[in-house]
Formats: sequence, structure tokens, C-alpha cells
Amino acid sequence: MLSPGVIARIREARRQYPDARAAVLPALHLVQEEAGHLSAEVMGPIAELLDVPESDVFGAATFYALFRWKPGGRHVISVCHNLPCSLLGAESIIEHLSRKLGVAEGQVTEDGRFSFQRIECIGRCDGAPAMLVDDEYHGELTPEKIDELLARYA
Amino acid sequence: MSIKPVAGENESMNQMLLKRISIPNSADIDVAMAHGAYASVEKAYATRPVDVIDEMKRSGLRGRGGAGFPTGTKWSFAAMDPKMPRYLICNADEGEPGTFKDRFILEQDPHLLIEGMIIAAYAIRAVRGYIYLRGEYPVAFGILNRAIAKAYEKGFLGSNIRGKGVAFDLSVHRGAGAYICGEETSLIESLEGKRGQPRVRPPFPANAGAWGMPTVVNNVETLANVPFVISLGSEAYAQIGSEGSTGTKIFSVSGAVMKPGGYELPMGTTLREIIYTHAGGIRGGRRLKAIIPGGVSTPMLTPDHLDVKMDFNSLLSAGSMLGSGAVIVMDDSTCMVKATAVIARFFEHESCGKCTSCREGTGWLSRIYQRLVAGKGRENDIDVLLDICKKMKGTCFCPLGEGALQPVLSSIRYFRADYERCIRKDGCDAKPCKG
Repeated sequence: MLSPGVIARIREARRQYPDARAAVLPALHLVQEEAGHLSAEVMGPIAELLDVPESDVFGAATFYALFRWKPGGRHVISVCHNLPCSLLGAESIIEHLSRKLGVAEGQVTEDGRFSFQRIECIGRCDGAPAMLVDDEYHGELTPEKIDELLARYA
Repeated sequence: MSIKPVAGENESMNQMLLKRISIPNSADIDVAMAHGAYASVEKAYATRPVDVIDEMKRSGLRGRGGAGFPTGTKWSFAAMDPKMPRYLICNADEGEPGTFKDRFILEQDPHLLIEGMIIAAYAIRAVRGYIYLRGEYPVAFGILNRAIAKAYEKGFLGSNIRGKGVAFDLSVHRGAGAYICGEETSLIESLEGKRGQPRVRPPFPANAGAWGMPTVVNNVETLANVPFVISLGSEAYAQIGSEGSTGTKIFSVSGAVMKPGGYELPMGTTLREIIYTHAGGIRGGRRLKAIIPGGVSTPMLTPDHLDVKMDFNSLLSAGSMLGSGAVIVMDDSTCMVKATAVIARFFEHESCGKCTSCREGTGWLSRIYQRLVAGKGRENDIDVLLDICKKMKGTCFCPLGEGALQPVLSSIRYFRADYERCIRKDGCDAKPCKG
């Protein structure tokens, strides 16, 4: 279920801790990075690899907001909607994105290129309204700037 | 990327923590070392661990994460516990909305943080450290990993640091999106691979933290101050700042100001100076309406509070808290019901579910706010909100629940008129609600 590459990287991460359970979050990150999302099927293999009850792995995986349970687009757009961004127009950015991409929050565009979601504060309040596209920050967003930005992601 | 790379234009002698970030490639170890990085390590190693702790105590340095606990005292608790091994954790889960001060250090001067951690580890005799980094900081993750690898190469980390026989290993542990993990016992649970829910205290982490061992958890900015306490000496360091709040503070200024940014200023700088002198005043010729001084969990203030000094004691006296020093500025176009609704929704989303009071209370608060902004406010909504706050007060398991009340109570206290207009639907002086 887990690729040999991911298994090797989880084993490597495990060496950073005195206890194997601590590698649960690193393991979930690594699996999500490779597969794009988590699934019920990977809980067992992670549990076995780290010798932790499967229910505990599932419990941890479902607690954290950044773990996804369904496929996202090739590029995942996360728009901050917390207070500083909201004061400077985050809601209109979200509306614009939804119109532009033709999908609602949490959905994937027909061509599979993008999905978008809301996210809590990403610490870019000095560039509000701000968002993440995959691992890249973009700030001081306007509808025009978003149109230009989206064209850069294939 | 349009994010400003450099903190605001206050490049005065006040700057310590952000001094190096305006230098190109400041995250590179050679560049950082050419500008003084790691110089304090050998100075600290020339004294005993207990001397380093005493120096911290004398400096008056207090934690920059929100609680403001004296750093030297925290270290001494762990150092007095005979259990080994001990752990040092850097809390880089900068999740308090409005806060982005640690980001400057994490992304642009990671070696300042690592230097502070090396000294802290020496003081408490920890041989293992972790930087608990929030999942929303993917750029910092790469930068920190490279910086740690370089610090190993140069012999500042590892089993025999700089040939002095001191050992300290360090790695980054990534969070995955949970505000609660900024609370230190939740952070430790999360580090151990569990759901990030708080533990009962006592025992405190200093005695039973990570894997049951003595553990010190310090904020990024706190640890970044450590090299300066050592290099300047506690006496010179304590000259900076104000009564009971020594040193500088990085204020994260956001919202309706001309120049949002991170401004490092002496503790005790007034809100007026921060907002008008450094952040350029209010945008678009608008008038100031409300200020959140320390992140969304701290009580709101009004223009009447502009002369309040931004330090631990002055803000307490003014009925608020320094928190993380995240100054969120709102102008007169802001409906305070709407603004508070955003915060209430956030706390509902982030309540970890462990205690009934916070889990249910944050949900009730948020649902009433969503109803209000939908234009369906009821005559007794203000009373119901206040009643929920009263029942949550003192009954929540950890500070998250208590924090959720502050924006509600303070916005009703100072901006009751906004609530009344919202409920009576007789028009706002702010943008009209969509409901």
C-alpha cells in the first residue's frame, strides 16, 4: 500500500524520535505528499510500520486541518479567510476564485488543474488578502492579480 | 511573490532580532556568521549552565508567545528536575491570527533561532531539540532544514559542538493545521504523534513534558532573544524596553493601515507610535475604530487607548493583553459584529473538542454570530452571548476557550451600538450586512 520510497522516508523520520509514535505526523505528511491525499487504506500500513494501533493513526490523521481525504487539483489553492485577510476583502477573493474556476469550495476543476479551499491564518497578514498555491505564498490579492497568477500554473 | 521581504522601515538602533534580515541571503550560514551569528555560543560555553540561567533571569526576558512567563525561571524548573534526558522545543506554531513575527526569523534568519536553541539547550542540559513548525509554513520548513544541515556541517550541532564536548541534536517537526497546538501541552501531544489536545497541568512540561521528561517549550522570538542577552550581557539587555517588559518586541501590524508589516520596537512603545509613525496611519483617509493589540484572543481596544504602552503590564492595566503582539487595526468601515463573527467562527473551528465548555460554547457563540450577520438577529442575542461567555469563563480546560470569549466581551463592551443596529436592522454606519 505504501511505496518503498515512502516507507524508507518514514523509517528515516522515525530515527529523529525516541518513540516510534512520534513519526505518525511525519508519515502522514509523506504519504499525502506522494498520493495527494490520505485514505482509510493507508492507516493500517502506517500503523504497522510504526507499531501503533491503527485507530490511533486514524485519530491523529482526522484531527489536523491540513490532511486531505479526497483528491485535490494538480494545484491546491488555499485562501486565508481569517480576520486580517477578511478585513481587506478575502470574501470577495473567494467569490472571484469560485466564479473564475467554475467550482465551489473544496471541489476540483473539470480539467483537474485546480482545487480551492479556505484556510485559517497563514501568517501573511502583512500581505493581506493572501493565499497559498501549493507551497507558494501570494499576497495583496486582487481579482486581476488572481487571473494573472492562475495562468502561471499548468 | 508580493510579500514584503523586509520588516518595516524602523532600521534604527532598536533592531536586534530583525537586524540581519535586510542583508541579502541572510539565511545562508556564511552570510549570517559574517554578521555575528553563533558568536554568543562560545561566550555561553565559557560559563556554567547555571550561570546562563542566572543571566537569563537577570535579563528580565519574558516569553514572547503570549503568556509572558519569565524565561530564566522556566529554564530553572527543568534544570532542577533530575530526570534525563531533557528536551528543548521551539514553539514555531505561529497560529494566533494576525501574527507573522516569527516568520521573519524562520525564513530569513534561521541561524539566530538555532543559536538561541544551542544556548538554551546548554543551560538546561538538553541533548535533543525540536522545532515544532506549523504546517502552514512550507517555505520555512525547507529553509530550516537546510539551515540545520549547515549548522551540523559547521559543528554547531551534533555530539561534540565546536569541540567543547557538548551534544545537541535538532530537527524540525511539522504540524498539520491546528491552532490548539500553540498551547504547549497540546504541542507536546502533537509532537508525540497524537491528536493535539491539552494535558492537565500540573505536572508542567518543565517536569513532565515530551515523553514524560523535563521539557522547555519556548517561542521562536523568545529563543531569538537569547543570543542578545548573552552577547550584550543581562544588564545592558535589561536597559531596553519598559518596566517589567525588557527587550524589544516584533509587532505584527495588519488590517486597515497604510503599511502593514513587522516592526521591531522597544517594549513599551505606544499603540499610537506603532500605528501612526511606523505603520503609516489608517488607510484611505478613514478613521480608526478598533484595535486588537495581541492577536484575536486578546480583548479589543478603542482609539481612547492609543497612548497605552505595548508591554505586558500596561496592556493588563488597560484591560487587554500583549499576547503575541499582533496588532490588528480596524477602521470605521468595519462592522464589529461582522469582525467578531469571523473570530467566533475561527474559535469554533479550532476548539479541540476535549472539554464540553469550549466545544459547545464556541459553537453556540459562532452560530449566534452567523445568525446576526445573516440579518436574523434576535432582541435578546446580546444577553445570550454574554450569558454563554459567563458560563464558559473559568470552565474551559485550556486557554483556548478563555481566549474565545475576549473578542466577544470586548466588542460588546465597546461597540454595543453596532450590535443594536445589527439586531434592529435600522442601518449601520459600517458596510451593510448582506443578510
